[in-house]
Amino acid sequence: MTSHLPRSIDDTVGLLARGKYVADRALATVVYLALKMGRPLFLEGEAGVGKTEIAKVLAVALDRDLIRLQCYEGLDVNTAVYEWNYPAQMIDIRLAEATGVKDREQLASTLFSERFLIRRPLLQALQGIPGRSPVLLVDELDRTDEAFEAFLLEVLSDFQVTIPELGTIKASEPPIVIITSNRTREVHDALKRRCLYHWLGYPDVARELQILQARKPEASEMLAQEVVHFVHALRQQDLYKAPGVAETLDWVSALHELDSVSLDPQIINDTLGVLLKYQDDIVKMEGSEAKRLLEQIKSEIRTQAHA
Amino acid sequence: MKVTERHGMSGEREGGRLAENIMHFARVLRSAGLPLGPGQVLDALDAAQAGCLRTKNDFYWALHSVLVKRHEHEPLFEQAFHIFWRKPKMVEQLMQLLFQQISRPANDNKRKAAQRRLAEALFDERRPMHARREEPPGALELDVSYSFSSMEVLRKKDFEQMTVAEQLLARKAIALLHRHRRKVKTRRFAPTRQGERVDLRRTLAASVRSGGQLIDLRFKERRLREPPIVVLCDISGSMSDYSRMFLHFLHGMVSDRERMHVFVFGTRLTNITREIKRRDVDEAMEKVSGAVKDWSGGTRIGDSIRAFNYLWARRVLTQGAEVILMSDGLDRDDVAILEREMARLRRSARRVIWLNPLLRYAGFEARAAGVRAIMPHVDEFRPVHNLESLEEIAKALAHPARDLQAPSRWLAQTGG
Repeated sequence: MTSHLPRSIDDTVGLLARGKYVADRALATVVYLALKMGRPLFLEGEAGVGKTEIAKVLAVALDRDLIRLQCYEGLDVNTAVYEWNYPAQMIDIRLAEATGVKDREQLASTLFSERFLIRRPLLQALQGIPGRSPVLLVDELDRTDEAFEAFLLEVLSDFQVTIPELGTIKASEPPIVIITSNRTREVHDALKRRCLYHWLGYPDVARELQILQARKPEASEMLAQEVVHFVHALRQQDLYKAPGVAETLDWVSALHELDSVSLDPQIINDTLGVLLKYQDDIVKMEGSEAKRLLEQIKSEIRTQAHA
Repeated sequence: MKVTERHGMSGEREGGRLAENIMHFARVLRSAGLPLGPGQVLDALDAAQAGCLRTKNDFYWALHSVLVKRHEHEPLFEQAFHIFWRKPKMVEQLMQLLFQQISRPANDNKRKAAQRRLAEALFDERRPMHARREEPPGALELDVSYSFSSMEVLRKKDFEQMTVAEQLLARKAIALLHRHRRKVKTRRFAPTRQGERVDLRRTLAASVRSGGQLIDLRFKERRLREPPIVVLCDISGSMSDYSRMFLHFLHGMVSDRERMHVFVFGTRLTNITREIKRRDVDEAMEKVSGAVKDWSGGTRIGDSIRAFNYLWARRVLTQGAEVILMSDGLDRDDVAILEREMARLRRSARRVIWLNPLLRYAGFEARAAGVRAIMPHVDEFRPVHNLESLEEIAKALAHPARDLQAPSRWLAQTGG
């Protein structure tokens, strides 16, 4: 484990691979640049393609703290940046009264000091030690409203936060920022402009196989082949929500738990709920359709083996 | 590998050339419609020089990470990149190509076609568009000050039976319609004088100011905001008179609401939110008619709603959005698709209001298969054929559903 930033794109590929993250060259380039240029990385893509995972892997591989800010509608400064510890402040006022402190200035400066400040994720992320600044994961940014986006803009452009009572807190070294979005709504261009943007799509068959081997080495070669091909065939179908890489991994775990070493129509029907999360999609793929897909991919695998 | 040939291996040595080329490349992208500023150009240079000049692929993704900010722009970037960074002479050709593309929409023939379409779409086909201009300006003023009774008649008159002059009047009246607003609570707070929640931060700040002697409570309350509205408007032939009026109604709404998305569909779905947001109503309608390819054609409601569900629902139906569906429900396609997609639409929206001009007939019954497919999946069912009904719609948006408009009434009538 090293806390040095990678020196080249190849280095980055290696770094992510050590964290069992199989990245293609495009993704590695963006990650490398984000680290090198000290810019936030904005990752967009379907659910379950490994957007959040990158932050986790980076934190482990670079031996940094991971600070996660899960976004939701109505997220505000009090929960994202800082909050004053009101009960403690109240007690302090009572104490001041009891000991007869009359000086207002003094009271104000003790009440609104760092002692009573509760640090929330964004503020924590700005106070890392140089050389060991944390990884800040702003997860599912599209879930918040525009008001929070505008606030985040300020934090991300200067890496500083202004607390009226206390002054400006500036990061001595900016954190490594990863922002993810499922694109349930369009995030404003102003925020994107400050970030490096990357669209994370579904991996191709070869890379998904590598991911499976890295993450679920217990799965047999044949099962992995069949699973990946089947999932890829599913993604070609007209589904409301196509399965992501996370679903593929879950499915392999499920099949492994059920002691199956190869796919058959029955086991697919029984475990389809791991891959597809909408009833319409499940109904569409169940039974004969699953069987047809299975035969199709088995013949594909056979022809590949012969080739 | 042409990149390395043109710029050498190190960015520093040939930094000048590289910077210039990146700048030109950014200009090409900008003229192709990517929103790029000088900041991005500098970033792109930084990115390229940060050790990403070794292969064309690295260089591609380095520029990509800085210059592309939207998934939709990826194909544009890809094309431009491969043309620009291949042959020096290609730049000019590319620029020419792009400028042709840009200038084409502005060229006369096309504009005339758009205008004709606009004329067909917005006005009576038999009357040329300039007829409107020939009316003396005073006449309109006179018309607006119609006597009370004739305005009353106009309010109840079916859009389809209006003369062009009356339609014009109606459009004026639509622009003046009072927009009722309904706001829902958000999870954010705003300070108030009195309320149920104590704003501890302001309370403490105030008590410190007074020396901590007394604690004077300050309050806060939840902020209110209008929920987003998503409109799906049928513009097929049978609906055209009503959808034109309705688009005017929507234009008025869009101009003073922040979160509203408008889609139109005939045989396919088009997002016209951007176009309809123009301030001037005629300009907005011109933009809309330019964007829509299937004015007054056939209708495929099921497929259009399906397209909406798959491509847009997850992006625009957030934060408690309400859906307004404007259609006569006469779909010749597979009704099963329509029913399934309507069910999905209702599950993802807070409220679905169906506006149907057919409801103007006193003897309307939910007999058509398409109508019966949509009916169970809407919360409110309303007419939209005259000014009065538009007023009602404006009110309905401000008030939650009432039993009067509940669709179950119609289903019970014909079902029993």
